[in-house]
Amino acid sequence: MLNITNLKASVEGKEILKGINLEVKPGEVHAIMGPNGSGKSTLASVLAGREEYNVDGGEVSFNGDDLLELSPEDRAREGVFLAFQYPIEIPGVSTTNFLKTAVNQVREYRGLEALDAVSFLSIMKEKMKLVEIDQSLLSRPLNEGFSGGEKKRNEIFQMAMLAPTLAILDETDSGLDIDALRIVANGVNKLKSEKNATIVVTHYQRLLDYIVPDFVHVLYNGKIVKSGTKELAMELEEKGYDWIKEEANSVV
Amino acid sequence: MSQQVDININQLFIDKFSDFEHQLNGQKTLPIHDLRKKALHKFKELGIPNSHEEYKYTNFKKALTKNFTFNQLFKSKNDSSSFGNDYIINELEGNVLVFINGQFSESDSHFKSDEIDIKPLANAYSENPDTIAQHFGNYSKNNEDSYALLNSTYCNNGVFAQIGKNKIVNTPIIIYYISDARADEAVSFPRNLIVAESGSESSIIEVYSTIGEKNSFSNAVTEIVVEENAILNYFKILNETEHVYHVGLTQASQKKNSTINAHSYTFGGGIIRNNLHIAQEDENCTTNMFGLYLLNGNSHIDNHTEVDHKRPNSYSNELYKGILDEKSTGVFNGKIFVRREAQKTNAFQSNKNILLTNDATINSKPQLEIWADDVKCSHGCTTGQMDEEALFYLRARGIDKDKARAMLLYAFSIDVLKNVTIEPLKKYLDHIIAQRFNQEEL
Repeated sequence: MLNITNLKASVEGKEILKGINLEVKPGEVHAIMGPNGSGKSTLASVLAGREEYNVDGGEVSFNGDDLLELSPEDRAREGVFLAFQYPIEIPGVSTTNFLKTAVNQVREYRGLEALDAVSFLSIMKEKMKLVEIDQSLLSRPLNEGFSGGEKKRNEIFQMAMLAPTLAILDETDSGLDIDALRIVANGVNKLKSEKNATIVVTHYQRLLDYIVPDFVHVLYNGKIVKSGTKELAMELEEKGYDWIKEEANSVV
Repeated sequence: MSQQVDININQLFIDKFSDFEHQLNGQKTLPIHDLRKKALHKFKELGIPNSHEEYKYTNFKKALTKNFTFNQLFKSKNDSSSFGNDYIINELEGNVLVFINGQFSESDSHFKSDEIDIKPLANAYSENPDTIAQHFGNYSKNNEDSYALLNSTYCNNGVFAQIGKNKIVNTPIIIYYISDARADEAVSFPRNLIVAESGSESSIIEVYSTIGEKNSFSNAVTEIVVEENAILNYFKILNETEHVYHVGLTQASQKKNSTINAHSYTFGGGIIRNNLHIAQEDENCTTNMFGLYLLNGNSHIDNHTEVDHKRPNSYSNELYKGILDEKSTGVFNGKIFVRREAQKTNAFQSNKNILLTNDATINSKPQLEIWADDVKCSHGCTTGQMDEEALFYLRARGIDKDKARAMLLYAFSIDVLKNVTIEPLKKYLDHIIAQRFNQEEL
């Protein structure tokens, strides 16, 4: 589904990703871990098409398409979803109106008819249950005045509505208490299928107790320096990142 | 195109006064004519501002000199039959008074005087001499604004409205000032006097529009007095083209426990200057000021607002927002005075602008002068480009760039609209904003 080959990226002239290789197949859950500043969020941003990042080299193919050639909106329409680490507050735009526009633009791109208000609302009701989000939250302006947990829940709700094939969760656990974490993780798990894949970007192993990864990759200094299974995440939780850094630095 | 004949604009306005007097006929004997003469006298001294501080960024002199002949300063009566009623705000019902090139159009107007004493101002000079004597020119008399003086010199008609004690009037007063600039340039000096007596509640809507492609100049003054415990909602709406020059002063005086909600919407124009001056004369006054300006082309908009807190325990809140596209320019100047006596004043001001091109500019100047020591005042102004983070967020959900941009600009604008409580008016404004950004309506 997703094939990243030797991806290099920089922001404001500073090289951050220094050659990432990663293959993600349908049905898989990949965790990207690593210390602060290792490039985890940059990777998520580059995949979603954030324009302030420059791609300096490498390739990313998504279901056979050159992902890097696509605009952010076309990536979303092709099935890539980024759950933001810091969801943006947008006063004046209600979550419902925003999502209706988004869902229908995605449908139009895929050659499907626009949903009318009734069918949109019925899908919305169904997905709301999934992520345990309240109607009152959705009629408010997008994320405005939402708590950290509400924002993250709204991200997962949007993900449910857009039904992506590849979901990238960027530090979705940050700022969440354990109850909110459980609700968010449950939502993600319920959305999982054999056809879609998830990349979980996180600093801590905590989230991975709930969203169990098939593969764990450790990003350090712009490269994946170690890959393994969920046991690797346990080991990181126990021992911290220093041994990874030492290992990586000694190789160089 | 307009004639490129330079004129001495100051001399012209002085010289035309005798012509004006001639066509006033019997009205010359009324007391207000003395006010006209006094105003002219003062205008002679001051003239049209050229490099005056208050008009630093907004100079009409060149535009008036180059684009107008002022040959027909006092046009004969027109009627709207030849241009239909496109200027009317759909579904907005109320007491309607229509003026075409400054002249009252009886056939287009319909109003009832049961709840409000409402009439063309020209009739009030003789029919309501006491109210005129008490209030007319009283609130702008200390104003040394040349344009206000020019209006006081040449004003003849507009709206007189006196809202009786404790009258809660749900039907708004809607004043349409139409410039018919199809055949020739249009010049007018609209003048309104609104007296909201104690305990009353009412709404006044001034709508300015122009028909035709020739130049138009309107110079307006609205005087408002809001007596004790009264509430007045005031709207000024300009939906104009690049051939339109407008300068207007709204001067309001608030008495104890009174409330003014002032709304200003400007959607285009050549050069537009809105002066909004509100004086809180007594305690416990509430003043809300909301403004929105959406400009493109070479439009220039200047909003000068002033709230003067003179007595304790009062409140003012101001939110002005603008989006400037292409080569348009804007000015926001917000004065807040808190006098020594005005302890426990709360005053808030916010001006937010989005510039969509490198050629668009805005000069935003908050001006707070505080002499009291126990007050809460804050102001903030932001000017920037589109919020790229928000834009990316919407695009990352599959919304194309143009649509996302439209959604954000629309959302930025209607933030001001939420303070409008007259539904058909809100719908009308929403429609204009939505169309501007090619966006679906609320």
